[in-house]
Amino acid sequence: MAEFWSGTLWPLIIIIAQIVAIVLPLLLAVAYLTYAERKVIGAIQLRKGPNVVGPFGLLQPIADGAKLFLKETVIPTGADRAVFVLAPMLTFILALIGWAVIPFDDGWVLSDINVGVLYLLAISGLGVYGIIMAGWASNSRYALLGGLRSAAQMVSYEISMGLIIISVLLSAGSLNLSEIVHAQGEGMWYVIPHLPMFVIFVVSILAETNRAPFDLPEAEAELVSGYNVEYSAMTFALFFLGEYANMILMSAIAVVLFLGGWLPPVDAAPFTWIPGIIWFALKVCAVLFVFLWARATFPRYRYDQLMRLGWKVFLPLSLAWVVLTAGVMVTFDLMPA
Amino acid sequence: MAQTEIKTYNLNFGPQHPAAHGVLRLILELSGEVVERADPHVGLLHRGTEKLIEYKSYVQALPYFDRLDYACPLNMEHAYVLAVEKLLGVEVPPRGKYIRTLFSEITRIINHIMNTTSFALDLGAMTPMLWGWEEREHLLEYCERASGARMHMAYYRPGGVAKDLPAGLMDDMYKWCDRFEKFMVDMEALLDENRIFRQRTVDIGIVSQEDALNWGFTGPVLRATGIPWDLRKAQPYDAFEDMEFDIPVGTTGDCYARYLVRMEEMRQSMRIVRQCIEKMPDGPVKAEDHKVTPPSRPEMKRSMEALIHHFKLYTEGFKVPPGETYTAVEAATGEFGVYLVSDGTNRPYRCKIRSPGYVHLQGLDLLSKGHMLADIPANIGSIDVVFGEIDR
Repeated sequence: MAEFWSGTLWPLIIIIAQIVAIVLPLLLAVAYLTYAERKVIGAIQLRKGPNVVGPFGLLQPIADGAKLFLKETVIPTGADRAVFVLAPMLTFILALIGWAVIPFDDGWVLSDINVGVLYLLAISGLGVYGIIMAGWASNSRYALLGGLRSAAQMVSYEISMGLIIISVLLSAGSLNLSEIVHAQGEGMWYVIPHLPMFVIFVVSILAETNRAPFDLPEAEAELVSGYNVEYSAMTFALFFLGEYANMILMSAIAVVLFLGGWLPPVDAAPFTWIPGIIWFALKVCAVLFVFLWARATFPRYRYDQLMRLGWKVFLPLSLAWVVLTAGVMVTFDLMPA
Repeated sequence: MAQTEIKTYNLNFGPQHPAAHGVLRLILELSGEVVERADPHVGLLHRGTEKLIEYKSYVQALPYFDRLDYACPLNMEHAYVLAVEKLLGVEVPPRGKYIRTLFSEITRIINHIMNTTSFALDLGAMTPMLWGWEEREHLLEYCERASGARMHMAYYRPGGVAKDLPAGLMDDMYKWCDRFEKFMVDMEALLDENRIFRQRTVDIGIVSQEDALNWGFTGPVLRATGIPWDLRKAQPYDAFEDMEFDIPVGTTGDCYARYLVRMEEMRQSMRIVRQCIEKMPDGPVKAEDHKVTPPSRPEMKRSMEALIHHFKLYTEGFKVPPGETYTAVEAATGEFGVYLVSDGTNRPYRCKIRSPGYVHLQGLDLLSKGHMLADIPANIGSIDVVFGEIDR
């Protein structure tokens, strides 16, 4: 019995506690990301954004959440009920489990596995299923077109993202995310040597998370709302939460791969007093701001233009960069041990 | 193996579609994302305006025109009052003409702000709309100060305008022009050189000069193809003869050219607004012929004759001598014409309305064939359709 306690039950409780400790702040962050989005876009558009519910409108996300909870879930008559309900759950779960390998601070990681990067690629690759299932199960033409677009889009951008990550892996010599951050601590943040790739990566994560200017799957102007047009209430809320959780996840990946994770910008006195997780959070916020800024500034790409950008511009560029990085490292004997 | 027939994918676009600019129902035949055929259906906003006008006196018929193209209401009124004046043979005093010219251009800016910014919104750029509507709000407020209503102003009258401008309005308008110039620069910075915006508009929905003439396109859609046809220059009405302004033309006839033509037209309208304010003459704002325009209130209290005029005007209206006229103005969307037939009574015998949007909408298939689904909102936005005037 004692062995069962110390061998199985106690570690299980610890893991569950850790999961809760990650997921709760994450959901809160998602809620306040929607608030930040409305405030930032409001400021850009010369208006106030939410300012009525609570002080400075701070309770607005809570009110929105409560509204979505209390509404009726409508399942269309022609829909495939099981898949229709499964799709948003899948999207939401996939957006959450990616966080298992993200290091928030030195050693603050739920699962410090050696193939962290591969795990993340796998998770984000699965994300497309939620959307295509939703598009299919809704039995609506708009939703189907939205789902198809999204599938094509995510697959295209995944490839260039993968190649960009390979350049980083070559420099760091590890697939473990904590190791990648440590490698940046010893050398420099990879945003400096890999600046062009960082730019492409940020653009790719905009596309990967279906955000403006690549928000074709939910293009309001032509597809009304795209794959989630038939969804309401909690099923819709799960898509919504999933999208924003994905944005934060992708920003966190960008921070880990290029911006030195939890490391302070300068390894000197006043900066090192601030805990690593604060630096991590600040950097994630900075990347997220780019998401919101882009949304308020740019028009939307057309489907074929987006594909052209992915396959004819980003793919060759990132492939060439992999070759260049490898070449430089071999030539100057910079290979990590 | 049985032969499979590949069918096109039909998509019912609208009538409750956010990019349809009102109640447009569009049956799209798609092959993948490529539009094979775009079939616009009209009539969902039909209110029988033309028939209703036949049962109203000439002045009562005027507010119907506000409700045609509700994005540029005064342009519609303008065509109607000019038509009635032509049948009546009434001469409008200079101040009345200038005020009408001024407000026609203000409405043109109101319309073009709405069109260019919602065009950007259809392409996914949200911010221009919010910026533009701030400016539009000022203009609507000026309309309210002049007429009492923001949108459906019912301000023009056969013989002039309903009442004189309130004190200080023209000063505010003049100051607003400087502010508006700044907005134009900001908006152009956001859109004109933006790669995505250009990729979405350049070479989309090209209309050749020949096609434009054959399909009867007018206004910015025609001028974007390079034909400098503008009724304000070609057959000047009211005070447009005295105004200095240029007709912007495009060269390519695509969505981008139409957008640029509208942007430049706003600048030219602003020039006209400034000139109107600078040259604004003094004097009465409506014809002194009290068979047509009501006498002033104090006069009515003094003179029996004026009281009778007032009574006759507000019960029976005025009688228009028999005749017919086609009168057109350059509305913000294109040539807006009124074909008015009078049989000598106090009501129009027939009032046929030529709305530019109707003509442009029928060319939507021409514009959209072979383009992608995402270009449909761009094309709809760039031809500036308003269903109030199309369905009438």
